[in-house]
Amino acid sequence: MENLVNIFVKSVFIDNMIFAYFLGMCSYLAVSKTVKTSTGLGIAVIFVLGFTVPVDYLIENFLLKEGALVWLSPKFADVDLSFLSFIIFIAVIASMVQLVEMIIEKFSPTLYNSLGIFLPLIAVNCAILGGSLFMQERAYNNIAEATAFGLGSGVGWFLAIVGIAAIREKIRYSNVPDPLKGLGITFIITGLMGIAFMGFMGIKL
Amino acid sequence: MSAEKEPLFSGKNLKLLTEPLNDSNPITVQVLGVCSALAVTVKLKPAFVMALSVVVVMAVSNVVISLLRKTVPPRIRIIVQLVVIATMVILVDQVLKAFVFDISKQLSVFVGLIITNCIIMGRLEAFALSNKPWQSFLDGIGNAAGYGVILLIVAFFRELLGSGTIWGYKVIPESVYDFGYENNGLMILPPMALIVVGAIIWIQRAKNKKLVESN
Repeated sequence: MENLVNIFVKSVFIDNMIFAYFLGMCSYLAVSKTVKTSTGLGIAVIFVLGFTVPVDYLIENFLLKEGALVWLSPKFADVDLSFLSFIIFIAVIASMVQLVEMIIEKFSPTLYNSLGIFLPLIAVNCAILGGSLFMQERAYNNIAEATAFGLGSGVGWFLAIVGIAAIREKIRYSNVPDPLKGLGITFIITGLMGIAFMGFMGIKL
Repeated sequence: MSAEKEPLFSGKNLKLLTEPLNDSNPITVQVLGVCSALAVTVKLKPAFVMALSVVVVMAVSNVVISLLRKTVPPRIRIIVQLVVIATMVILVDQVLKAFVFDISKQLSVFVGLIITNCIIMGRLEAFALSNKPWQSFLDGIGNAAGYGVILLIVAFFRELLGSGTIWGYKVIPESVYDFGYENNGLMILPPMALIVVGAIIWIQRAKNKKLVESN
């Protein structure tokens, strides 16, 4: 349990998707104009990351990894399909996004309406594929750890986009040099936020 | 095929190639493909390999989609695009692993992330789906080059100031260090990439007034 909390906190603060790896920057920059919409997108990302990382973990460990197919027949002990992982992960993500969309539509139409357009966009959000690829690279021990990592990364992304949206709402009233307006200042603020987040480095639970 | 005898490098076609380098640069103006760009810019070499991979993936997938544009039904186009891009990225990844293994290790997941690099999807959607293969090819090369240029500029400054080297060679002489100069460790850390890009945007827009945003 302690280990899970550790992975969660680590992926929220230290290995933050945006500040440490710049993943999902496209939608981060495009959708962070108001707090309301960015909250919606952030929640959707938490959802999708929380679903896809464990699913991809299962696929990776029971289908793709070298020797992962042994459960079918011992003959497959040295089949290594990991070169297929990109294409399979992206397919999983695209279908998971569809699935999550349908589930939300069925059970919570209000949430669906507020997320609306953002859900399909998430399929091409680098943070999602990045989550799966990092999961593959770091080789977590079991599915619980992978889930903790997925949820943590989602929450970290959520914090980052809501934070920048709040700052951008305020910055409209300040006197930014003309050429820096819009995109430029957003980049620089993100950099400063990243430096602030680096203060969490070295935390161990 | 309206202008059948249009030369391969007519003015219009050349513009496709040069425009993304400045006026419609994918990173600083269209804000596409920032995702996988910044993390690989600590050193010049990985940044160059990354830029080259994007050029290859982009040019080929642009041409393929452009060839398929009349046969693919619009409803399934996104999945077709993803399949084409993913196939190209797998090829590039395997080539990198085979020939420059250490760099491919440094790039780690970011090669895979070319798939979701919005610059590729964005250009496929916006250009290749409605243009002929040759134009799409030029558009792909141009946009990928615009992306690569920013990558190289950022990597140049980060490597020079952060490690005192360029392309792995020492350029700042020992004597400067003896005077008490020190490498700026901050430049190696991720946040500085964002600030360097911010500065590039500032300089570009200060020179090119029509790019300035209203708020």
